[in-house]
Amino acid sequence: MSSEQSRGYLPRDRAWHPPALAPDYKSSRLRSPRQPLLVLPTTLSEESGPVFGHDIIGPRDDDLIHNYAADGHSALGPRILVHGHLRDQSGRAVPNALIEVWQANAAGRYRHPNETYIAPLDPNFGGCGRCLTDADGYYRFLSIQPAPYPWPNGPNSWRPAHIHFSLFGEAFAQRLITQMYFEGDPLIPLCPIVNAIPREDAVDTLIARLDMDAALPMDMLAWRFDLTLRGRAQTYFENRPEGL
Amino acid sequence: MADDDTRHESPSQTAGPYVHIGCLPNWSGIAGVYAEDPGSRLINADTRGERVSVTGRIFDGDEAPVLDAVIELWQADAGGLYPSPVETRGVADPNFGGWGRVASAFDSGEFRIDTIRPGRVPYPDGRLQAPHINCWIVARGINVGLQTRIYFADESDANAEDPVLASIEPRARVDTLLAQPDAEGAFRFDIHLQGERETVFFDI
Ligand SMILES: [Fe+2]
Repeated sequence: MSSEQSRGYLPRDRAWHPPALAPDYKSSRLRSPRQPLLVLPTTLSEESGPVFGHDIIGPRDDDLIHNYAADGHSALGPRILVHGHLRDQSGRAVPNALIEVWQANAAGRYRHPNETYIAPLDPNFGGCGRCLTDADGYYRFLSIQPAPYPWPNGPNSWRPAHIHFSLFGEAFAQRLITQMYFEGDPLIPLCPIVNAIPREDAVDTLIARLDMDAALPMDMLAWRFDLTLRGRAQTYFENRPEGL
Repeated sequence: MADDDTRHESPSQTAGPYVHIGCLPNWSGIAGVYAEDPGSRLINADTRGERVSVTGRIFDGDEAPVLDAVIELWQADAGGLYPSPVETRGVADPNFGGWGRVASAFDSGEFRIDTIRPGRVPYPDGRLQAPHINCWIVARGINVGLQTRIYFADESDANAEDPVLASIEPRARVDTLLAQPDAEGAFRFDIHLQGERETVFFDI
């Protein structure tokens, strides 16, 4: 295959991501592979990926305040707008990318069969939403501010307020799930899931900034959260010997 | 781009125990937001190719089934073409989307994939890979989604010349990627996150 056709992706920087085993995050102990990952260059199977059209996105999919609420009602909690830019490691915008989000409600409770926290459900809040990035890689959705919640890890473990993000790029190799935190939350440095990330500057990229310029006066505050997907390794692939 | 942090990928975080809310909301009991769960149907009546099902479970280091995982699948169509803009060798079956998403059942941990047997697609050097389904596994306790592949044990000739399988050492671990025929068109594929039978996971 000629180098022009190659769309190989950069290897993941495993020192930037959390390791599989982060002992303070107890669930990782029995769910972390112990053999080294088998490192291989991407093939067409990883360099291709599903395409999602606007036809799957319903009119309220990007509005968690209303997408589960009864007519004329809305979810309880501080109204927020979350927006940002999706780009790859070379800074190239990723357009038409599917972003799925899920979160606890304003009391810190998830709508899920395995959820056991005593905080109340909000009958008008489901907790899921999705959107596509626009032609320039920008996304936006509306929600309510989720609350922190306790979880069975240590004797007194609390998650900082967060929104889960699932991201598709153009290639299955770029598939990523992560979490967005809120600037100023004192629980961030106490969280074993956050602290599984080895570098503080890496954690910092998961903290959304209050964005007063994007806030809607008398309506909702805004948070800015930019995301970066794996980029292509053009130079590397153009130089690599045939068959490596 | 001058922005320095565009050089790093956003760090991964676990999907957590409630991943179903965002990825399979109807399956987890949240009705009425999405018409159907994304990835819940890989094939329809007009999809070309041999129907196959793959069932299995994911086991943790204590050999306990994982009850809260989501597995995403990506595969070529029966002719070995991907329904993707980067596919330059032809046009994939319009009745096949190539992408699916299944969950481990909350009670048994069993997952079930209903799809078609994929065709062969080339490795970067032009050699053909054996039929395979790319898998990406997320769950509570998994900090970075795990990449693996399902191959089919009854494709022994193709598997013998597959460059990805050929790179696995020790050779005994190749078996961890082979779905075993169970009944007509039905395969069994268990995934072991740790231990003696740990599945081969890729950094690819
Ligand atoms: Fe969470």
